[in-house]
Amino acid sequence: MSGQSAAISRRQKAVTLPTTRILSWGRYPKTAHQHVYRPAWNDEVPAILNAAAPGSLLPYGLGRSYGDSCLNAGRELIDCRRLNRFLAFDESTGMLRCESGVSLSAIIDTFLPQGWFLPVTPGTRFVTVGGAIANDVHGKNHHCAGTFGAHVRQIALHRSHDGLVPCNYDDNSAMLRATIGGLGLTGVIAWADIQLKRVAGSWIDAESIPFQSLQAFLDLSRESNDRFEYTVAWLDCFAGKNLRGIFFRGNHAANPGKKYHPKRALKLPFALPSWFLNRHSIKALNAAYHRVHTSWKRKALLPYDSFFYPLDAVGQWNLLYGKPGFVQYQCVIPETNCAALEELLDRIAFSGMGSFLGVLKQFGPAPPAGLLSFPRPGLTLALDFAMRGERTLQLLQSLDEVVQQSGGALYPAKDARMSPDLFAASFPRWRSFVPYIDPKMSSSFWRRVTEAR
Amino acid sequence: MPGKKMAAEKLTAQKFTAKKIVILGATSGIALEVERIFARQGCELLLVARSPQRLAELQADLLIRGASAVSTYPADLASVQQHAAVFDYSRRTLPDFDTVLLAYGSMHDQKDTEASVDVLLDELQVNFVSASAILTLFAADLERRRTGCLAAITSVAGDRGRRVNYAYGSAKGALSLFLQGLRSRLHLAGVRVITIKPGPVQTPMTDHLPNSARFAEPAQAARDIVRALHRRSPDVLYTPRIWRYVMSVVHHIPETVFKRLSF
Repeated sequence: MSGQSAAISRRQKAVTLPTTRILSWGRYPKTAHQHVYRPAWNDEVPAILNAAAPGSLLPYGLGRSYGDSCLNAGRELIDCRRLNRFLAFDESTGMLRCESGVSLSAIIDTFLPQGWFLPVTPGTRFVTVGGAIANDVHGKNHHCAGTFGAHVRQIALHRSHDGLVPCNYDDNSAMLRATIGGLGLTGVIAWADIQLKRVAGSWIDAESIPFQSLQAFLDLSRESNDRFEYTVAWLDCFAGKNLRGIFFRGNHAANPGKKYHPKRALKLPFALPSWFLNRHSIKALNAAYHRVHTSWKRKALLPYDSFFYPLDAVGQWNLLYGKPGFVQYQCVIPETNCAALEELLDRIAFSGMGSFLGVLKQFGPAPPAGLLSFPRPGLTLALDFAMRGERTLQLLQSLDEVVQQSGGALYPAKDARMSPDLFAASFPRWRSFVPYIDPKMSSSFWRRVTEAR
Repeated sequence: MPGKKMAAEKLTAQKFTAKKIVILGATSGIALEVERIFARQGCELLLVARSPQRLAELQADLLIRGASAVSTYPADLASVQQHAAVFDYSRRTLPDFDTVLLAYGSMHDQKDTEASVDVLLDELQVNFVSASAILTLFAADLERRRTGCLAAITSVAGDRGRRVNYAYGSAKGALSLFLQGLRSRLHLAGVRVITIKPGPVQTPMTDHLPNSARFAEPAQAARDIVRALHRRSPDVLYTPRIWRYVMSVVHHIPETVFKRLSF
């Protein structure tokens, strides 16, 4: 046997793994997959697609989706993390072409020193470009920059029947719009062109302002949206009847001046006991957090990572919630319906199951970049709930009612349990998305919310 | 030749810094991570691997990551006939290369090597015969120039023959032995030879093994390797380091006991 043919037989073998357990970030639901393919090169992907049974595959990235949208229980995943190369970069325009498994973290590490930053970044840097597109993620600058998908100029998509399909706003624009926010169901993204943004350096001119009511938040947000590129609020949902929170806003600092030294992240080595985060410890943590931020001076020059990614400072923070894991609840409520948001907060406060990480943000008016994009004008609220079985699910069910009645929507990337009804109400255009699904693709989430087998 | 000897020792004692690096088997899982680190450090790279398309993608990536120059040469290193061309290209393109890293290898299923002599011979050909052949070419050049560093990735599997992978293990073990002798020879010329013995690492080569999700990250192995290449460091590098101690225990188990162990 020559080296060449040996190499081929090796490749074929290397494509499959025995049954493995892959969890999403919320570590709920617990699933097992039949195989996880781990292609290291784009030229290996067509063979994987060809060999698969219909509805058996789903691309997987860094697994930061909280629920089951990145899972394919009992079936197969294509782990795209080894597809992590930069293919082209134009230093004059900031246009980057990279493979789908490249992490946002790698983009920052490589291009921030050259004065380029992500056009939009979610609250963690540990997501892949493919995942950012598939969930059309948003960030603190949604009110002025829209979603991640709005900055994707072109993609190449591995499709099981059509081969490698380039999609941009001239050719296959419908497929591009379906893939943005398409939850990985339209195929495997081979590479994407992303427009990076010029920045002066690694520092953010940040301000933090405490607020005591929803109205105060709205006033702050409206007043800040014109002057600040980044706005977001932290919310203490344990403060009882009186809402309290801290409004953060910031701009890229014009003159860096200081030298930036990246910090090493701590890492939780194992799941903490599930009682670690209970109502008392969360209350205490929230109070401490509130105190820290109200006692600080209002303005500060922060390194970009402590402004954008405070949670990344603790690797695997999801293990705080222990073995049962947690669910995240992120909804958007139309601004005309602020009463619904208050109702949500009341119900959460009443249940006593609120979370440490309450986040509130006003979305901007940008039109959705994808067919199934989640962000739309309104207020978005995101909360974690430790998974305590039926009790937690019932609370979330009661929140669903409020969201649905208000004309709001839930975010698939964070969801592990919404009903098909609520999904259809959140994404009225989902049926027009169906024709773009690759016949070889499916996901736990998709089967659940469309009641398909 | 006391003068010569002293010069050699002085050279190895100096802090050596790899700048112009030839990587044989540039698309292997560990090599990919090693190249990224070198690219960030602004090194000049010459990459040899089979697929021209993959080499082109890799070249683009490494240049964007900061490599000062990247040249590529497509060749099947398992075939000894192609070695002269690879070596000539390296001499022409990167005449003053200071580091050579051999990173390719293959791992057949042990059972296949038992059932087919062809498969067994292929395993030996790729991992030992071809590797020692090409190292011989590059070693002569470095020896003549009295500078540089030669490194090859073998395996902890080569430290002791085991039931489950002795075909792979014997090829890698033979390569380790070859490097040991080479090190002793090149030491006189002030050329370092580093034997890199990774424990199981998550790469396409090991994906089919049970528990591969628990193997070490290739990026970790790469960090250790680059550190070893840059600095004066142990001649034999175990990565992750725990394997140095594990293998020293394994090494001392008497054969009468060892042959009964099932791992």
